[in-house]
Amino acid sequence: MHFAFTEEQAMIAETVKQFFTENATSLRTRAAMATDGIDRALWASFCAELGLAGIGIAEELGGAGLGMVELAIVAEAAGGQVAALPLLGHAMAARAIAAGGSAAQQGDWLSKLLSGEAIAVCEGSHSLTCTDGKLSGTMDCVPHGGIADLFVIVAPGQAWLVRADAPGLSVTSHVTMDQTRPLATLQFDGVAADALADPAAALAVVPQTGWIVTAAEALGVAQASLDLTVGYAKERVQFGRAIGSFQAYKHRLADMMIEIEQARSAVYWAACAVDEGAEEAAIALHSAKSFAADTAFMCAGNMIQLHGGIGFTWEHDAHLYFKRARALQSMLGHGDWHREQVATMILGAAA
Amino acid sequence: MKLGFSPEEELFRAECADWLQGQMAGEFKDIKGITTLTAKAERRKEWEQQLAAHKWSCIGWPSQWGGRDATLAQQVIFAEEYARAGVPGRVNHIGIELAGPTILTFGTEQQKARFLPGIAAGQTIFCQGFSEPGAGSDLASVRTKGRLEDGEWVVNGQKIWTSLAHISDWIFVVTRTEEGSKGPKGLSFLMMDVKQPGIEIRGIKQINGDAEFNETFFTDARCPADSLIGAVGDGWKIAMGLLAFERGVSTLGQQMAFRNELDAIIAAAKANGQASNPLIRQRIAKAEIGLRLMRYGALRMLSNTDHSKIDGAALTYKIQWATWRRSLGELAMDVLGQAGEVAEGSEYEWGMLPNLFLFSRSDTIYGGTNQIQRNLIAERGLGMPREPRGDL
Repeated sequence: MHFAFTEEQAMIAETVKQFFTENATSLRTRAAMATDGIDRALWASFCAELGLAGIGIAEELGGAGLGMVELAIVAEAAGGQVAALPLLGHAMAARAIAAGGSAAQQGDWLSKLLSGEAIAVCEGSHSLTCTDGKLSGTMDCVPHGGIADLFVIVAPGQAWLVRADAPGLSVTSHVTMDQTRPLATLQFDGVAADALADPAAALAVVPQTGWIVTAAEALGVAQASLDLTVGYAKERVQFGRAIGSFQAYKHRLADMMIEIEQARSAVYWAACAVDEGAEEAAIALHSAKSFAADTAFMCAGNMIQLHGGIGFTWEHDAHLYFKRARALQSMLGHGDWHREQVATMILGAAA
Repeated sequence: MKLGFSPEEELFRAECADWLQGQMAGEFKDIKGITTLTAKAERRKEWEQQLAAHKWSCIGWPSQWGGRDATLAQQVIFAEEYARAGVPGRVNHIGIELAGPTILTFGTEQQKARFLPGIAAGQTIFCQGFSEPGAGSDLASVRTKGRLEDGEWVVNGQKIWTSLAHISDWIFVVTRTEEGSKGPKGLSFLMMDVKQPGIEIRGIKQINGDAEFNETFFTDARCPADSLIGAVGDGWKIAMGLLAFERGVSTLGQQMAFRNELDAIIAAAKANGQASNPLIRQRIAKAEIGLRLMRYGALRMLSNTDHSKIDGAALTYKIQWATWRRSLGELAMDVLGQAGEVAEGSEYEWGMLPNLFLFSRSDTIYGGTNQIQRNLIAERGLGMPREPRGDL
């Protein structure tokens, strides 16, 4: 038992933090927001230079090995800069293919995804129908759906690969509140789908991967919201004092830190529990997703309030964090839903 | 990062569990499950001695002083198994967790030899004399005076909220030994025998009807000159060092007690139908998540070996658990409804959950109120300017 980063993990954390701080700048993120919500150059160097797109993918499949703790470290750093990257969909899709794809499916896609040559997005559906290997129906709110080359679609007991350019598939991107991760609607009209060889294996890794990435991103958002506000509290002067000297202000900062420390425990507990195959992995994942997303929202909301008027402007980055936090709350199960899963574990199903 | 325990550690867990459960099923059956601080104090002193006889009383201490040099993982395991077996809290927890480590860190070899064996053996029960009527949140405003006279320290003044004083043998006291000094300067840390004519103890009845806390009056109370820990004027430094020990492994045992309280709420909700109320389900889930996060926060804090940086998990731990537990008390009453307001017997005495509701109002006050905790977090953790001092 040692619940702290190993030296290697600490090194990864330092490397990715530096990478995102230097490269995922506000300027570049805003440029991506004005177009399709992805900083392609950033994703290319993330994949090619850092080689971190293969975290959580076995080395024999061309991945970087490592596990959910390392994936969480990366996602936390990306969230800290609200980077406009397809990391969430990529991690879920690549792990689904690694876990449930045939050798051919893995060969077709994994090296392309890990090198950044192709971008995949993964989404669950309860409404698509599959007849003779062809998919029909609609999928709403697919994050980064507009820029994907490949969709990995998981449904109860089934999973498919669908190319974005497949005949019969139309993709409509929407103006989305969080412009760093625009949502798209996918319309399937008899689209040829390549069924994953082992859908159960894919389904086993998709939710855990998605919850860890979103929870860790949320942790990064929360911590950055606090850090930026602390910086402002020291420099902004009113009534002849730094505003951080007012107790009403200090106490809100303290409340942010109290939640963040718990969110940090939650995220790395969940990541570790998954890596170690611990029995409590399920409760850890529900705890992490719900707690971290709510913490991100609380902290980003406080960031706006504690910055006063400037925090409400488009110019300031506060709204980037605020909108990302809100999106994270709704994504992959709202907090209430996750808490209900916990309640079911300890109280039994609701009557 | 690793959460699992090694096979050797799991063996150690089995050894702890066997012994503790054996004791609670056998010779010490009568104290199993006690949750208040002071009930059956005499039997619990015997339990301290039983722990010592089997070298379980202070496993984290060096073996030279009655410990086992236990690793962090072993201490975690013992604390968890201790609470899991339903063993009541240690009546000498102040001796084992605060006085002992303070003497180990700041005491002379002579002082170690004088105090540690008695603490380890469960013979010397300690209490803590910090707060005063005029020095609560503002602990540095201590006014109790100590002066050296004919090779003895002579102490006059009053301490308050001295929990367990009425069953203790010794008290450590922060006294003002420099005439006219103010704030953290001029304070010294003394070890005093409680059972002497110059010390008088009066219980304070609390909102739950119980009296675990006391007022302690010092009227020319005395102790030998070598009862001073550290140097004259080091009192504040030592008191602050001691408060850091308070966030040690024992917090994990405390969490197991919280586990029992939450389990009682879950059982009550299942029994009276509140388990189907969606709002109650959300709150129980939140409480469950909060408790789990407390455990992992404590493990992070205990695993941290880099003391050069501020440890956020440690700094936020007190307010986190205190606020969690106060909410748990409110949840308990919402689950119980009006039934929770009726005592079981004819006395003003409360079962576990109503007592939790009442007692937990103190959790966000003692050991630094939530407001003081927020100041500390903002100032030490986030570098915000310190609160200005008034001159009243």
